[in-house]
Amino acid sequence: MAKNILVWGALALLAACVNVPQRVEREPLPAIAWPDDSRATQLLVLNRVSFGPNHASLKEIESLGTGAYLARQLRPAAEPRLPAEVQAYIDSLTISQRSAADLSRYLEQRRREFGDLAPDERKGARQVFQRELTRIARESTARMLLRALYSPDQLQEEMTWFWMNHFSVYHGGFKMQVLVGDYEERAIRPHALGRFRDLLGAVAHHPAMLTYLDNWRNAVNRVNENYARELMELHTLGVKGGYTQADVQQLARVLTAFHVRDGEYRFYPKLHDWGEKTLLGRTIRGRGEAELDEALDLLAAHPSTARFIARKLAVQFVADDPPEAVVERMARAFRSSDGDIAATLRAMFESPELRASLGGKFKDPVHYLVSAARLSTDEPMIGRDGVERMVIALQLTGQLLNGRPTPDGYPLTGTEWSSPGQLAARFDVARAVAYRRPARVSQELVAPLSDSTRGTLSKASDAREWNLLLLSSPEFMRR
Amino acid sequence: MKRRSFLLFPLVLPSVRLLAAPSTSSRFLLVFLRGGYDAASVLIPHSSEFYFQARPNIAVPADAAIKLDAEWALHPALRESIYPLWLRGEALFVPFAGTHELSRSHFQTQDTIELGQPLDASRGYDSGFMGRLAAVLGASRPVVFSSQLPVAFRGPLPEDAKPVATIPIGSPRLKPPAVDARQQALISEMYRDTPLAAAVSEGFAVREGVVRDLGEMRDMSAEMQAASRDAVNPRGFELQAKRIARLMQGEFNLGFVDVGGWDTHAGQGDIATGYLARRVNELGRGLSAFAEGMGSAWRDTVVVVISEFGRTFRENGNRGTDHGHGSVYWVLGGAVKGQRVVGEQVRVSQGTLFQDRDYPVLNEYRELLAGLLARAYGLDAAQIARVFPSVSPKDVALL
Repeated sequence: MAKNILVWGALALLAACVNVPQRVEREPLPAIAWPDDSRATQLLVLNRVSFGPNHASLKEIESLGTGAYLARQLRPAAEPRLPAEVQAYIDSLTISQRSAADLSRYLEQRRREFGDLAPDERKGARQVFQRELTRIARESTARMLLRALYSPDQLQEEMTWFWMNHFSVYHGGFKMQVLVGDYEERAIRPHALGRFRDLLGAVAHHPAMLTYLDNWRNAVNRVNENYARELMELHTLGVKGGYTQADVQQLARVLTAFHVRDGEYRFYPKLHDWGEKTLLGRTIRGRGEAELDEALDLLAAHPSTARFIARKLAVQFVADDPPEAVVERMARAFRSSDGDIAATLRAMFESPELRASLGGKFKDPVHYLVSAARLSTDEPMIGRDGVERMVIALQLTGQLLNGRPTPDGYPLTGTEWSSPGQLAARFDVARAVAYRRPARVSQELVAPLSDSTRGTLSKASDAREWNLLLLSSPEFMRR
Repeated sequence: MKRRSFLLFPLVLPSVRLLAAPSTSSRFLLVFLRGGYDAASVLIPHSSEFYFQARPNIAVPADAAIKLDAEWALHPALRESIYPLWLRGEALFVPFAGTHELSRSHFQTQDTIELGQPLDASRGYDSGFMGRLAAVLGASRPVVFSSQLPVAFRGPLPEDAKPVATIPIGSPRLKPPAVDARQQALISEMYRDTPLAAAVSEGFAVREGVVRDLGEMRDMSAEMQAASRDAVNPRGFELQAKRIARLMQGEFNLGFVDVGGWDTHAGQGDIATGYLARRVNELGRGLSAFAEGMGSAWRDTVVVVISEFGRTFRENGNRGTDHGHGSVYWVLGGAVKGQRVVGEQVRVSQGTLFQDRDYPVLNEYRELLAGLLARAYGLDAAQIARVFPSVSPKDVALL
């Protein structure tokens, strides 16, 4: 492969070579009423609802108008549509070629074979094996980054990240490392803009969540409360959502025997507690797998869940402490649409509070990194010199996909990402991205800058330093 | 050397501090065990038959535990680390400690403890108790040994104070900033009139300083493991604790480090090589290395080890434990009145469990820490009230 396909520079030539397939149209939603189609506002909108503007997205929002662009984002194409080189790279990943179940069995087999080795050979073999596992776990971050960089369906990518973080799992340990890629692909992504209840059900039946929160050990007379508690506290009702310790224990009984075998979900009737349960005041008749469906119906339809999810979305998309009015409007949309995520976001897009808030959210590391890269290049950053470097940058700034050890997910508020040490790490990233590009980044993608920032930029000694200062500016820290 | 005066007047020291304005020679490190550590496996109620009944698979056997007194014993994984500190009178434990908050949620309870507010007031997220302590002390130099500022350290500092430094102590690559001095100045210039101005210049300065200070510890950096999490992975904690000591011997005097990996819902393991034993061992060796690394300043240093809650007293179906209530806090330091298990206590039995499930909380953490900080820094009632609003300090003479 030509070396220049792998480097970040020379974007103008290559942008033309990148082959974006035509959009597979679905019935478009009615446009959102949006009063302002100025370039400055459109850049702010792209910053907020996407991973930052690039030439393709700017062109799209300009030709459609902001309201129609947002409506289209709410109903993406069924399949991710990426430049051919990027899709080919993703297709070449191990997580694309083997199912989680297949991979689990294969790696388990390899691990067993260590037993046959002589002790001095075993250590080396184990290291090779460990490296292989780490490589596989990192593939999901690479795939996520590539889609965030190149998919025209940016909101789909935003929401996939959001739900991966909401239903956060950690890629530590052998079992999890092979499951996280499949978790994103089969449980989260298909429902990212769909119904919350479907998403909740897919998560609850995926081996990644069942493994991560210990439910694969939860059985009658050997109850483990871990998943039951987080399912109500972190995934649905919220900690003040009106459940008690007794509800945690009852839901844990419902969840008995939802286990994992060879990397796949499996229900074991003999390990289930078939007794009657009382959850949030409702009696759940003991009848096996259907009990969990009933419990999830109850949780998804609970008013506390509508509020909890609406507020969290508003923290992600509006402000660290979002106005009550927009949260309430979103919660109402969530309830009246039977938990339709796109409808909830639509209510947010139609809110004056969202328009008033543009440009005010401090970027977390993933938004910072991806927006810097989208600004700097249109070419496919695949391979070791491209996306794999970005994975390392994300690790150094503390936000790998599936890299949060605790189930609460990464924080969504700016104060959690703007400590002195975090800023210093961010400027390291700024330099790495800026210095790969010999020409100044395209100014048409940059929202208006303050006089002070422009004054400092004028002191740049060359184009690379100009890029560094732009990516380090207070304006670029926000979206 | 400072050490000489401490050796000459060790007993006089605490009372001298009580008379003074906030002492600035004192150093304080808060170690937060995130995940709710299984306190009953570390400070073992060895005289309680109920302990062994409730934990048929995971109890620390009485003959293996290190007996501290008639009631309590220590996990054998701490024999080479914390037990020597105990014998020197530099370690004590406070069982039945914690907050009265009952959500049994990691995140809610961690926030509650770090905010340090009364439970009956409506919760405000503006400041945590370490942040308020830094403000009261004025001349302190606060530091967090992770990249993220914890809730405990939120809050406004005096105008001329530097912001809380954040140092990712577990990072395998503590390098100087990638941008050169001129570029640092240009970047700082862009932030001059923004709320992030201090954080930006402090970020550069601390990185330069840390790299310089720790560069002298080359033998250690070679051994550093790639621990990429925010909460320090205890497997690397001993090495990280040495780094922390190096930095806290110098300008930093008010520190916070969190150590993750304690949420043992399953498979706590045996006392020699099990999961929990390894965690406890690593933590103990780290704290012991910290004590040693502080050198003469250890005399003036207090370490408090806390966790959001204890775990269920009975083991669960998976040889683990679930979220509980009362915990056991540790207090270490050169001036600690150690070799004691202090605070309100009850005999451990089924009848004394809270909700027939957990250790009760008899020693509320705000009262406890207020009493400790008053002694360590010679804070008066008004100053303590700023750190812990509407609290009655409980002085169990930890120092």
